Amino acid sequence: MRGERVAESGREQRSGGVSESGVSRRTFLVASAAAGGGLLLDFAVPGLAQAQGPGGAASLWLNAYIRITPDGIVTIVAKNPEIGQGVKTALPMIIAEELDCDWKNVRTEQAPNDPKEFGAQFAGGSLSTPFNYAPLRQVGAAARHMLMAAAAATWHVPIEQCDTLPGMVRHKPTGRTLTYGKLCPRACTIKPPDLKTVALKDPKDFRIIGQFTAGVDNPAIVTGKPLFGIDVSVPGMRYAVFEKCPVFGGKPVSANLDVIRSLPGVRHAFIVPGAQPTGLPDGMQTSLQDGVAIVAETWWQANRALDRLEVQWDEGPVATQSSAGYAATAAQLAQGNPEKVIFTEGDVKGALAGATHVLEANYFYPFVSHSPMEPMNTTAHFQDGKVEIWSPTQMPMQGQMNVAKTLGVPPPNVTVHITRSGGGFGRRLGSDFMCEAAMISKMAGEPVKLLWNRRQDMQHDYYRPAGFHYFKAGLDADGKLIAFRDHFITFSNGAKPSNSADLSATEFPARFVKHCELAMSMQPLGVPTGPLRAPQSNALAYAFQSFIDEIAIAAGKDPLQYRIDLFGEDRLFMPPKGPFGPPVPFSTARAKGVLAMVREKSGWGTRKLPPRTGMGVAFYYSHLGYFAEVVQASVAEEGMVKVDKVWVVGDCGSQIINPSGALNQVQGAALDGIAQALGQEITIDRGRVVQSNFNDYNLLRMNQAPPVEVHFRITPNPPTGLGEPALPPVVPALCNAIYAATGKRLRKLPIDTAALKSA
Amino acid sequence: MSYTITVNGKPQTVDVDGNTPLLWVLRDVLDMKGSKFGCGMGLCGACTVHINGMATRSCITPVSSVGSAAITTIEGVGTSDVGRKVQEAWMQVDVPQCGYCQAGQIMAATALLTSNPKPTDQDIDDAMSGNVCRCCTYTRIRAAIKQAAGLPTADTREA
Repeated sequence: MRGERVAESGREQRSGGVSESGVSRRTFLVASAAAGGGLLLDFAVPGLAQAQGPGGAASLWLNAYIRITPDGIVTIVAKNPEIGQGVKTALPMIIAEELDCDWKNVRTEQAPNDPKEFGAQFAGGSLSTPFNYAPLRQVGAAARHMLMAAAAATWHVPIEQCDTLPGMVRHKPTGRTLTYGKLCPRACTIKPPDLKTVALKDPKDFRIIGQFTAGVDNPAIVTGKPLFGIDVSVPGMRYAVFEKCPVFGGKPVSANLDVIRSLPGVRHAFIVPGAQPTGLPDGMQTSLQDGVAIVAETWWQANRALDRLEVQWDEGPVATQSSAGYAATAAQLAQGNPEKVIFTEGDVKGALAGATHVLEANYFYPFVSHSPMEPMNTTAHFQDGKVEIWSPTQMPMQGQMNVAKTLGVPPPNVTVHITRSGGGFGRRLGSDFMCEAAMISKMAGEPVKLLWNRRQDMQHDYYRPAGFHYFKAGLDADGKLIAFRDHFITFSNGAKPSNSADLSATEFPARFVKHCELAMSMQPLGVPTGPLRAPQSNALAYAFQSFIDEIAIAAGKDPLQYRIDLFGEDRLFMPPKGPFGPPVPFSTARAKGVLAMVREKSGWGTRKLPPRTGMGVAFYYSHLGYFAEVVQASVAEEGMVKVDKVWVVGDCGSQIINPSGALNQVQGAALDGIAQALGQEITIDRGRVVQSNFNDYNLLRMNQAPPVEVHFRITPNPPTGLGEPALPPVVPALCNAIYAATGKRLRKLPIDTAALKSA
Repeated sequence: MSYTITVNGKPQTVDVDGNTPLLWVLRDVLDMKGSKFGCGMGLCGACTVHINGMATRSCITPVSSVGSAAITTIEGVGTSDVGRKVQEAWMQVDVPQCGYCQAGQIMAATALLTSNPKPTDQDIDDAMSGNVCRCCTYTRIRAAIKQAAGLPTADTREA
């Protein structure tokens, strides 16, 4: 179906509506998914079809999202997967606000995977808020209107004489009230109103949006109730492990399957052929790879059988690749001319030649894994050509399509149940684990729960790609930045950059320097890469905002003010295209606003700091959010780094939906970035990942987590998401703080504390 | 082989290999899904339970080693005053993001507060640094522990 394009960023009124028949007419937003990979998503103004009970009798569903029982309990469906970003709480809050009910009477439930009813359902790109804020307000407001219409009909009064109090409709002239619970059956028979004209609340009257609201699943979490994919049980279920070649793209030739089958509890052991003929991963993992499956009575038995598994692997061509090799090739490529110019303005060569001061610096960042706490898993039951799947997934629809393709069945024969995810960070946008579980269930002829162990999870991730930046900058006699060049050495998958390894023409400071060139060269990569929380931004912020800091210091200027000056006067910059639908302008006023506010909040430039303690700043714009962050860090004589404190100022528009969830996301994202900077690196040796568990891949721990002070700068712009944009700037802010403390510039991640020893 | 273990005050007889980790006995034999699998090597703390009140990594504890010791899991921790207070504080402070590690965090925090009712920040660091939270909810874990202890929740480590 064709549809109109509408802005992703909550242009307040959508053009969708309800047709004469009362069945929702859908409008679509055609969007590239956050995941990349060129996937198209339908975007609907969703959920306004009236639900009818059997025989056409009205049910207690006002629309696909809202059910009210006679006792006044309101059940609200949460459309998107919950991966820890808080949407199972925040999205229902939006509906509840406009419905005007009492939050303590609201229960939420996870939506089924049904994009026809709910529009695109995914967790990615920090897009739940910008995509859903306006439509879900309309969903709630439409239901409120239907309840008021039902009350007006009951009382034989004009609807204009009615308003609502939380959970009830009031007849204003007489003060009579009827509860939503009593009104619901009748309201279900009312034709839904036109979304274009349905009245929305004035935000100053909000009672739920903007209130500290605890997560709806907290009671289940703190008492250990089953919630996550790994907790699923289905009758007759067996447990599976799946071993792939340690070298990416490799395949099993043979295995000691008879020995494995004789081990305690083992029911099946077999080789699973991959769904791709080459067996080579194509960037982000969405498909079934070759491997060996073991199915047992318990997961422990299946996992233990892996100790005895002997496989002869055909390792394939990737076995020659290594991190050291990538670095050598990058150094070589940097000597030559770039393969491709991404952005050019002015005369960079001439300006560098004429500059008073020229700076040159090379930056490197490593591969990084997602490592969510809940390892990849899926439960699948294949029978009679159909498969039922229970999965902690960020992209259920894509999983359904990929499973269908893998099994060679039509997509309607694949049912995906969305479970809560024990972290996502982008890893569960892929559906390799879903395809594996489905195929293993089919081949075993039994329902199975596939669970990866930690080694498998770490060694068969798709990684935040490493990257190399060869920067040059030219300053004039006043210290003004007049020329900027980046030769970015990245990785390719065929002719294109690997997933999440691209550089855009709008990367700052492009468009803010008179003479500027952004260019790239690529080297082939056999390691799968893909989006990790704030993809591209999490790496580019480090390189660019660290080098900008070098430039400011070389200019003899305050690094924070230098950034403000670079943005110049208040302007809007329209990107050539938006990543999701029409472009949204970049506002220099908002960028400068958060920088100025973080200066004030952190006491920038006014604090007396002890020796080897410093403050650093960085700014980054990603996922429509403007974030300026200051880090204070201390470096011991032996080089150990202690992060003392982080100050974050974010501008994500006019409204924070759930201040509790928002604060949690921002603090978590800032600490996540610190974890990356302090100790995370995936290295490749002979085509395989060296690290295997949390003893050689470092997650942040309690004793390393500093206080994170967060402020939101509220501006009159559509509300945008918070899962990601607070992460990117903290990495360079920390590195810049360490420079301020020690005079040592960190041009390589993770931070090498040995290089920070005092001389 | 048959083992009788005491989980949340109740004797449970299970027929498993003696080297089966307690975690998998709880999860897949006794169908108690609250204790979580994270690393399988005692590195992340997601599987933390109490054995005779001590925070213990159940993923590396063979069932044969437990004997008649009292095992407490997240499903039963709320029966103690301290455990209940910790659970309540976790909800009031709204600690969880994804929530996956929080059972282990609550078990570690309850063990800490049971032996040390008024912990300092340093005590919290020492007791909790074996429990990883990938979402990095550490700020709130610290605050919730203090709240459960009846201490001021402000972070006293301010720069």
